[in-house]
Amino acid sequence: MVRLEKLLSEISTPTDEIRVYNFWATWCAPCVKELPLFEKVNEDDKDVKITLVSMDIDLDPNPEKVYKFIDRKKLQSRVIILEAADPNSWINKIDQNWSGALPATLIINTKTGKRRFVNSAMKEGELEQLIAAVKI
Amino acid sequence: MKIVNFVSLIGLTILIAGSLVKNGYEVGDTATDFKLKNIDGKLVSLADFKEAKGFIVIFDCNTCPYSKAYNGRIVALSKKYSKDFPLIAINANSNEESQGDSYEDMVKYAKKHNYDFPYLVDATQEIARAYGATNTPHVFVLNRTHTDLKVAYIGTIDDSPRNASSVTKRYVEDAVDALRAGKPITTPKTKAIGCGIRWKDA
Repeated sequence: MVRLEKLLSEISTPTDEIRVYNFWATWCAPCVKELPLFEKVNEDDKDVKITLVSMDIDLDPNPEKVYKFIDRKKLQSRVIILEAADPNSWINKIDQNWSGALPATLIINTKTGKRRFVNSAMKEGELEQLIAAVKI
Repeated sequence: MKIVNFVSLIGLTILIAGSLVKNGYEVGDTATDFKLKNIDGKLVSLADFKEAKGFIVIFDCNTCPYSKAYNGRIVALSKKYSKDFPLIAINANSNEESQGDSYEDMVKYAKKHNYDFPYLVDATQEIARAYGATNTPHVFVLNRTHTDLKVAYIGTIDDSPRNASSVTKRYVEDAVDALRAGKPITTPKTKAIGCGIRWKDA
C-alpha cells in the first residue's frame, strides 16, 4: 500500500532509470490485457523501472483481490496499491491530460522532466517507442 | 508585408485546425442535441422534453464496476430531478469491445434496475465523442437557455464511488440545485477514476 504523497514524491525525484507508471485495476479488462507489455519491458530493459499502480481500492477497500491477482499472473514488475482519497483532488497532479479512465500510463525521465502520457491501452511496441522518446 | 500575411495565415490555419480537433466540451460550451434509440425502440431527443429546464446526461454502461456502484444513485438522481432536469443515460460502449453492452443487454439491465429514464444507445459513438465523454459514468449537466443548451457541469456524481453513505461532496446534486436557484456552480468540473469508454477502434 502506498500513499499518494509517496507516489508524487517518487515521480518528482530524479533517478537514473526511466520510470513508467501504469495505472490499472484487476476489474479493468483492457488493463489486464496490456500488462504483458509492461512485464516484457520490465524483463528486457534494465534502464527502465516499471511500477504497476493498482487503483482497485478506490472501489473496494479489501486489497486481497490484488494480492491474489499478482500471484496468479506471477507479475514480476513492482506493484503498488495506491491509497488516495478523492481522486478529483489529485488526478491532474499525475497528468493534466488524464481523464481518470483506466488504463493510463505515465512515462517519465525524472532527470530531464521529459514525459509522455497515454490515456488508453498501449499498442504493441508503443511503450518501447515512448521510452525511447523520453530517453534522449 | 506578404511574409507577415503568410505568417498570420499559417497562425489562423493552426488556430482553426486546433479548434476542429478539440476534445469534447468544456463548461460553458453549447451542447448538441441528438436522436438516439431508447430501450423501448423509440428515438429520443432532448428537444422532446419541452418542459425541461436542463438535463442530467450520463454516459454509462452495463458492465463497468463504477457504473454498477453508482446504479442506485443514478436511479435516485432521476427520481429527484425528473420534473425539470430529466436524466438521460447513454451507452456508447462498443459491444465488440465490451461484452454485455449490446442493445439487448441494455434492455434487460434497465428492466432489472427499474430505470424510469431513457437509456439510449450511441451506436456510432458520435455523441460521446462530441461531448468528450471518457469514462463511465461520466455526467454532463446541461442548462437550457432560451436559445440553446449550455454545459454547466462535467464530471463525476460524487466523491465516494465505493460507498454511497460516505459521500461528502454531491457534485451533480450541487450543480443542479445551483442551476435551480440561479446561483453559480461551486465545482463545475471534476475528475474521477473510472472505466474508459470502450471505443470501436481500440
